[in-house]
Formats: sequence, C-alpha cells, structure tokens
Amino acid sequence: MSILVDEDTRVVVQGITGGEGKFHTKQMIEYGTNVVAGTSPGKGGQEVAGVPVYDTVEEAVEAEDADASVVFVPPAFAGDAIFEALDTDLDLVVAITEGIPTQDMAKVNKRLTETDTRLQGPNCPGIITPGESKLGILPGNIFSEGNVGLVSRSGTLTYQVVDSLTQRGIGQTTAIGIGGDPIIGTSFIDALEAFENDPETDAVVMCGEIGGEDEEEAAAYIAEHMDTPVAGFIAGRTAPPGKRMGHAGAIVSGSGTGTAESKIDALNDAGVPVGDTPEEVADNVEDLL
Amino acid sequence: MRLHEYQAKDVFADAGIPTPPSALATTVEEVVEQAEEIGYPVAVKAQVHVGGRGKAGGILLAEDETEAREAAEDILGMDLKGYTVEKVLVEGAVDFKNELYVGVTMDRGAGQPVAMVSTQGGVDIEEVAAEDPEAIAREHIDPAFGMHPYQARKAVYDAGVPKEVARDVASVLTTLYDLWEDTDASDAEINPLMITEDDEVIAADAVLNVDDDALFRHADLAEMEDEAAEDDLEAKANEYGFDYVRLDGNVGIIGNGAGLVMTTLDLVDYYGGEPANFLDIGGGAKAERVTNALDMVFSDENVDAVVFNIFGGITRGDEVAKGINEALGQFDQIPKPVVVRLAGTNAEEGREILNDELVTVEETLEGAVQRTVEYAEDEQ
Repeated sequence: MSILVDEDTRVVVQGITGGEGKFHTKQMIEYGTNVVAGTSPGKGGQEVAGVPVYDTVEEAVEAEDADASVVFVPPAFAGDAIFEALDTDLDLVVAITEGIPTQDMAKVNKRLTETDTRLQGPNCPGIITPGESKLGILPGNIFSEGNVGLVSRSGTLTYQVVDSLTQRGIGQTTAIGIGGDPIIGTSFIDALEAFENDPETDAVVMCGEIGGEDEEEAAAYIAEHMDTPVAGFIAGRTAPPGKRMGHAGAIVSGSGTGTAESKIDALNDAGVPVGDTPEEVADNVEDLL
Repeated sequence: MRLHEYQAKDVFADAGIPTPPSALATTVEEVVEQAEEIGYPVAVKAQVHVGGRGKAGGILLAEDETEAREAAEDILGMDLKGYTVEKVLVEGAVDFKNELYVGVTMDRGAGQPVAMVSTQGGVDIEEVAAEDPEAIAREHIDPAFGMHPYQARKAVYDAGVPKEVARDVASVLTTLYDLWEDTDASDAEINPLMITEDDEVIAADAVLNVDDDALFRHADLAEMEDEAAEDDLEAKANEYGFDYVRLDGNVGIIGNGAGLVMTTLDLVDYYGGEPANFLDIGGGAKAERVTNALDMVFSDENVDAVVFNIFGGITRGDEVAKGINEALGQFDQIPKPVVVRLAGTNAEEGREILNDELVTVEETLEGAVQRTVEYAEDEQ
C-alpha cells in the first residue's frame, strides 16, 4: 500500500520538451513510472522518450486516460500550467517548479477550493512510492520499500533522512515533498491524514522548517487524530528573524512567529520526538517501530 | 526585495497616495540645501533597513538650519544596529493630530491577501498585533477579484477611523491594495498614516517589500535592487544568483537545497561552531556555480573554515567535485580549510575526483560539520 500514487498511476508531464522535463521524464520511466503523455504548447504530435506530446493537458488526459500530472513548466508560466491542469479531472497535480510568484499561487489557491483535484507543491521534489512510481525529481536509488511514511517541506533534507533510514534497513511506503513556498496545495495535515489511513504505514517522519504555522497545526492534528507514531525534525534553529533562508516560505517574521522553537515545542507537546540531527531522527524512527 | 523608504515613497506617490515633500541627501550640505527648499520644520530620516529607527536616533526633527546641520552630522555615518547610514531622506514635517496604520500583506495561513487598518499607528504594529489584536481591523481579499470598495470601507469603519477622514483613508487603502497587486508586493505598509489638523491624510512612512520571484515582470523595480542591497556580499550574491544570507559566525557553509543548508547551519551550531552564512547553490549546479560559491564564502573576512555539503538528486557529485578542484586549483595557497561531504547521485565518483591535497573529505554530514568546526577553532 501507499498514498496518492502507485504503479497504476497514469502520468502526464507538463513541460515535457524542456530540459528538465525531458531529463526527468526519462528518469521517471526508468524508475517504473507509467508516463503516458506529455504536453508542450505548439509541440503536439512529437514524441519525447517514446511518450506522445500534446498541445493541451485536456487533450493529453482524454487521449491517454491520465490520473496525475507533474509540472516542469518555468516559473513565469507555471501558475497558468497549474490552472490548466486543474481544469481537467486529474486526481493529482504535482508542481515541481521553484520560484512561482506568490500572488500567482494565491489565485491558484482560490481555484483549489472549487475543484476536487489535489495539488502538491509547488517548489517540491515530488512524490515517490518506492518500487512502484515516482512523480518528480527525487533520486530513486536512495529509497527502499518498507513501512515508514515521510512528509517534508524540503527536497535535499528528505534525501538526507531517507538515506539514513535506508542504510539502517528501514524502507518507506511513500515519501512526499510538500514544498518550500508560503502557499502550497497539499499540507502536512493532508499528508499525515493519508498516512494515518494507510494500513501499511507503521510510522511517519515529518520534516518541517521555520516560517508559517503549518507545523504547529500539524502537531495539533497529530495529538488529536493520529494513532500512527510520528518522528519529527525542524530545520532553521539558527535562522535570524526577517531573513528568507532560501525557501520563500522559510522566514521567521519580526514578531517571532514561525520560529523553530515554537514548532519543536508544539511537536513535543503532541508526543512527537524531534531529533537534533538527521541521524537522531532515524534513531527515533527505529525506537517508534 | 525590500525597498528603502525613499524608493517606496516614490512608488506610493506615483500611485496617488499623498506623501510629504521630500528629497534624498548624502552630505550635510545637501541636507541643508534640501531643507531650505522644502521649508522648515523638516525631519531627517536615516535610510537603512532597520526597525525602530526613531527610537535608535535615526530620525531627528530640525526647526532651522543649525538644527538641520546638527541632525545631518549626527545621522550621516552613524551606526544603526549594525548598518552604516549613507543616505538620509529630508522631509517636510507634518503637524498631525492622529496617526493610523494601513497595510496589505499575504496571509500565508489563509493563502490569500489581507488588508489591515488600525488607529494605533506610529508604533510597532507587530507589538499591537501581539498585545491587542482586536485593535487591527482585517479584511481578507479574494485575489481573483481584488479588493471590493465595500471591503475598504468596512476595514476603515471596523478600525474606528474618525468619520471626517474615513472616505480618504478608505481611498488610500484601495490605492495601497492596487499597488500591492501591481508591484507583486509581499508587504505594503504605511505607518504612520498621519491625519492633520485640517483632516488631510498623509503617508509619513512607506514600506514596500517585493516578491523576489516576481521581479522578472517588474523591470523598473528590479533596477532598484542594487541600491536596496545593504551588504556588499549580499549584492555579490544577487549577481551570482545565489540564495545567500550573511550571519555573524566564522564557519562558511555551502550546500544544495534550502532545508539541507539550514540543517547544516543548525548542526554547526549544535557542534559548538557559529555559522557565517547561508548559501544554497541550488539544484543541478555545475562547476562554475561551485567556483562562484567558494569565491562568495572566501570573500567574507570572518570565515575561518568552510563546509561543503552536497546531497545529489539532480546535482551530480562528480560535477561538484570538478568545480571544487578547479576553484581551489587557482590558489597558490588555499585561503581557508575546506571540508567536503558528497552523497547521492555520483557521490562515489565525486569523492574519487576530489584532490585530497586541497580538501578534507568526510563521508557523513555530522562528521563533516564536526571536522569543520574544529578547523575553524584552530584558525582563530
């Protein structure tokens, strides 16, 4: 079992003819992802890595009966690409693109209230169900099949933690990167709920970072609704207020909200052990299992 | 990007928000000249990105030439919370009876913009928000429609703005929302919005922070960026296109991916060191970016040792290793010790390529950070 994606998920790649789109389409196919179509306006009729290209997402979804899309479109056009995907009946849209203007995402966010389609990201590494399917840019070789779910705001931090788990022989059901932007589709709570409902997931790792209040809200959710144990990590303990630490969403505001301390306290209060180092997170997962 | 007050005021004035007459000055003589032109009394205001400038002595009133000269001498060149003041804004002083706050920002929890009005202007609004949240009227805006006129009126009435000026304040708020949207701002604020004895409203301060990710569609604002940068190293980082934040410590940090770089900073602190910077070289970095990153970190005089932490997804370990060899090969003597930790895609190939005479290679993140902290202590 897994959450959101499995070997049957039929995937459209938006922006398949661009450098990133092309490279990662090949990587996804190599991993076993069922990539059924790509889109690129004006390039309909071409093929990339044996995958048919369509001008619009609607055409691609209708012709190839797709369930999910993954967006590699550059930031200036990515908001539009997400709107296009949300106008079809896809179940899941995974936006990899980093650097989409926040006001574009506010408009997308409004649209999400009117559709059943789930958005993951943007500015995320994607989602992977080891051994079955990956949508995005995660390096497949570090993941292994198992019983731990992982949800994270950061890509490379996810790799770091997964690597520690895999090296100890602890595999994963699904790993999901929710993205480092201030406005994102799928939240920690959405992912935690899905893991809680997945019988194969015996423990969950949640990697948060400074900025916003999503981790605090997730802690409240864990305390109230989860039986599956959770191990936590929070990046940005040393970040000074008012400075954006790379991710647009990773900023401690002047009034002191969004600090690592407040997030760690909230998680501890919810019974979630928070590791000081990535290795300690792996130790905690071993204990929980 | 955070604009200076004088830059933000230009944008506000162009949009039709009333602002006092003002001019920028960089010398004492210029301050006096501009003050004469504007007419006394004037305020002399330090142009640095520091909250609470007034309390820290960065804003002084001058009734005449002697006082203007004294104010200019005091403020120009002064150290304001770590920033040297090089520019001041000379501005006609406003005789006011009330000070309001108006602002527009992105409420990330709600995922939509929020317009705010308060009659407690002229003080730190974040303190007001913490101590008396009811004193700030908030109106969430649907970004697809923009702010409806009724929403501006409602925010003004809810905040208890005096009737005589309600219409004008609502008009300022509407203009502020429109310019927030037009400039892709993250925050647009007027604090204080002054009300004069004649019931005129005037923006006595201006804050405009623009979304860095949207600068590509605002060439006019992007041009202000160099002037807005306050730190030579941060300006250099803009040039190289790096996410860079300068900190106070002596351990230089380079990595890929915001979360992992933040974690590396935290580990430096955890093992007893002090981070000198945050530097994310991003995904898929090639040799040239690696060279530029090392150049950035070596440019910081505080740095005593450097940790290079790469977990390759799209980024390839062999590419990074080549870049490190190339960059360090240019020196007769390596300026500061460099510790490298490579993991993920092509990490093994990368470790084989790395020149042991130039760098120390560590297998684990924790090991690399501990080693770098030791080096930094030895260098001191």
